[in-house]
Amino acid sequence: MVPVDYYIVLSAFLFTIGAMGVLAHRNPLIIFMSIELMLNAANLAFVAFASVHKTFDGQIFVFFVIAVAAAEVAVGLALIVEIFKSRRNIDVDEMNSLKG
Amino acid sequence: MNSDLIVFLVLSLVAIATALGMVFSRNAVYSALFLVLNFVTVAVFYLLLGAPFIAMSQITVYAGAIMVLFLFVIMLLGAENLPPSKALPWQRPLAFILALVLAVESVYLIISRAQSDGSITAPDASINTVENLREMAMTLFGQYLLPFEVTSILLLVAMVGAIVLTKQEKEG
Repeated sequence: MVPVDYYIVLSAFLFTIGAMGVLAHRNPLIIFMSIELMLNAANLAFVAFASVHKTFDGQIFVFFVIAVAAAEVAVGLALIVEIFKSRRNIDVDEMNSLKG
Repeated sequence: MNSDLIVFLVLSLVAIATALGMVFSRNAVYSALFLVLNFVTVAVFYLLLGAPFIAMSQITVYAGAIMVLFLFVIMLLGAENLPPSKALPWQRPLAFILALVLAVESVYLIISRAQSDGSITAPDASINTVENLREMAMTLFGQYLLPFEVTSILLLVAMVGAIVLTKQEKEG
């Protein structure tokens, strides 16, 4: 069997790549996808620990994280579409006001 | 080197490569497709870790629903690539350095913890799928019933919010 630390190191790397995506990009859609990547890395760590401790609580947490991510994506993408409709641009460096 | 380890190493290479491809793609559509591949790879990791229900949810909800929504919005807005004008010159190098610091820090923490308590064992994947699903349902709808209901309210609120945000204002 693969030791669980390998999974945790992989999860840390994926989280780091996601964080780099958030820091380096100006397109909010890619920033959102990077956030999904970070949530996914956390989920991987949850499942790895759940399988070590032979309990289901970690998997249940992953279930909730997926639900929250779905809600976040629905509202966030609606906001992006709305901002694009009013300003014809979604560059986050140009966003300095939420007022339309 | 046993076969599990080989599978793990190949899959983690794919996962890291697709994650990097997602971050470094010029075109946002390619980013989204790389991310779908990454989610599928992580779903295979869940199967290896003995969590089939989570793996299937991952594929249907993340790789299916959420990424389709992303692709739809990217193509609807035509926001594949922003014009490269006025990028802050120090933003990308700084992001890279900060990410490197975060990676070194987290790997150091994991390694030092693993040496100090030494009780991290190999996961047990020899779990009966049907039994696994039944046990998980018992936990979800027993111990975690209230959070489950709260999640349903959260999803309802998000749905109503998305509809209200994108609703066309009636003239007059």
